[in-house]
Amino acid sequence: MKRLAAACLLLFAAVPAAADALNVKVGVLRETHSRETLSILDIPAADDTLAGALLGAADNNTTGKFTNQTFEVIDEKLDDDADVAASVEALIDKGALFIVADLSVDKLLAASERARAKGALLLNVSAPDERLREEDCRANIIHVAPSRAMLADGLAQYLVWKQWRKWLLVKGSHEKDELLAQAYRRAAKKFGAKIVEERVYEDTGGGRRSDSGSVQTQRQMPVLTQNAPAYDALLAVDESEVFAGYLPYRTWDPRPVAGSAGLSPTSWDPAHEQWGAQQLQNRFMATFRRPMNARDNNAWLAMRMVGEAATRMNSNAPEKLRAFMIGKDFSIAAFKGVRLTLRPWNQQLRQPILLSDGRITVSVSPQEGFLHQATELDTLGLDQPETKCRLK
Amino acid sequence: MKKAAWALLLSSALVAPAHAYTAYVSNEKGNSITVIDTDKLAAIATIKVGRRPRGIELNKDGSELYICAGDDDAIQVLDTKTLKLTGKLPSGPDPELLALSPGGDTIYVSNENDNLVTLIDVKRKEQIGDIPVGVEPEGMAVSPDGKLLVNTSETTNMAHLIDTRTKEIVANILVDGRPRFAAFKQDGSELWVSSEVGGTVAVIDPAKRELKQKINFEIPGMSKEAIQPIGVSITGDGKRAFVALGPANRVAVIDAETKKIEKYLLVGQRVWHLAFTPDEKYLLTANGVSNDVSVIDVASLKVVKSIPVGSFPWGVVVAPK
Repeated sequence: MKRLAAACLLLFAAVPAAADALNVKVGVLRETHSRETLSILDIPAADDTLAGALLGAADNNTTGKFTNQTFEVIDEKLDDDADVAASVEALIDKGALFIVADLSVDKLLAASERARAKGALLLNVSAPDERLREEDCRANIIHVAPSRAMLADGLAQYLVWKQWRKWLLVKGSHEKDELLAQAYRRAAKKFGAKIVEERVYEDTGGGRRSDSGSVQTQRQMPVLTQNAPAYDALLAVDESEVFAGYLPYRTWDPRPVAGSAGLSPTSWDPAHEQWGAQQLQNRFMATFRRPMNARDNNAWLAMRMVGEAATRMNSNAPEKLRAFMIGKDFSIAAFKGVRLTLRPWNQQLRQPILLSDGRITVSVSPQEGFLHQATELDTLGLDQPETKCRLK
Repeated sequence: MKKAAWALLLSSALVAPAHAYTAYVSNEKGNSITVIDTDKLAAIATIKVGRRPRGIELNKDGSELYICAGDDDAIQVLDTKTLKLTGKLPSGPDPELLALSPGGDTIYVSNENDNLVTLIDVKRKEQIGDIPVGVEPEGMAVSPDGKLLVNTSETTNMAHLIDTRTKEIVANILVDGRPRFAAFKQDGSELWVSSEVGGTVAVIDPAKRELKQKINFEIPGMSKEAIQPIGVSITGDGKRAFVALGPANRVAVIDAETKKIEKYLLVGQRVWHLAFTPDEKYLLTANGVSNDVSVIDVASLKVVKSIPVGSFPWGVVVAPK
């Protein structure tokens, strides 16, 4: 009898699919993004970010049929004045120990604080702030979204490859515009470009739409860019969507615009189709009847990372999956042409940066010739020797 | 003069017994098939076909070539004698790779929009069934005895082993990221699955239905992300294997018994798929970015020629005599 039991046990060990059913609950904690976008094409949908997570869960569930795993998404929308800690608490109470976080920097850090006590793991799908990966890094946050430095480096490599080395930088007047400008200044130094002059576009408030149309902007933008020293490309630095979109075709000198408008560095674009990306775009469009934006894609990828780790480890324990994800055996396919892995020192996902004009993927960085002793992907963003991150 | 030419032809035919096989190369962006004479090692014809042709397979006697024309949502049939398209098979949307049953009566094609493997009756030209598999089904292979069908799913990262009689999945084997291609050894003892993003080849024991071993690649001076295994060809005696490494622009030569890598052969850029001539004298490689086919001399393990073909070559097959 005992022998028979032992034999049975052995049999089960050989067939992992016959293991007990495993359920993985993933919360999606999302702030509302401004509808004040320069282009109406960028106005966020009601299911912004969430849709990506749902598609990721659907993909994971297809795989889960073979591994006896199920994935569930719990949506938690955060109003402007809501207490983020309470929302984290609510998600954890519902059993979500993985949280896809579409939060701005301070809210994300507050969420991390609360999640830590309960052993939950956050996956940052939108905040690009460097300090989250550096001095304010947290062991319970994995960064799926690229940082500002990664985006800036991705664009800078291309401009340098193109021999457009002299940049006129025009930035907005908000704090995050200055943070993005810092990333471009650093990129210029790193790759041998020169910022010939910086200008500021003051945000004087007001809406984005008017029936009077483009008469004023057509006059404002040439004036803004008049009398500049000789430059090759104009770098628009405008995370708040105040003016960048108005620059292309309106600069005083006929020069290409890059950055927050024109040729833009991003982790995803609805027009990206290479490396099988069209399959994902088709799936998303068929399900949600709208194009997939960068936040949707990061949320999909966050779900896939959790799914991949859960499949390989046959576990839903956050700490176990985190350890696997930052280890050398983890990699994830994300339609970017190469495998993506995590930088173990700050838990940032290494990834190519797409350069898009909104219609076509113009190029993908790292560019040819930018070499690195570990992986060319680490030519993008802050590297291990310069990191200030001490994970805790 | 004419007589002399005839004599020459005759004598060359006598010296080198007729090994002029015909190779077919699908040109993904050229929307064409390039026909290559493997004796002359030169292109002898280009045929306009449907949009985005990728996976191609010959039927048993080489009289028909099946072409996955992805953007036309069909498998086209090419008569290899007349080099004319004779019809199409109902593949479902965006077919990419297909496999033929050993008898040649059934085509298995991956249908990635619906996560299905679709079965097509070749004679009746109709779909005869579906098998649900993982996310983004891609690679396809049938065991030499026809009993086992393998499908790889690119986002689920599994090789699904399917009983061709019951049409049921009998095993799911996890492999590394984005598995794209599957090939059996001719004696059926091993199944090799290449993982493009994972950068490895998984060797599976089809009888035990388990992973035996993983083959890793390392090329000095090349980042590991650039090594992306795609096409796999194993010699008939099962002793040597060749693996196309995509943007690494190389084909790995592997001792298929010990699984040790013997050599990396530099070929054209972005090498996708491979095919032996039936006598295994040559191995042809379709190089996506450099628009050519590299010819590897299998005995000497040297790249002896590159043949210009159409735009973005992807698949390659060689017809038996």
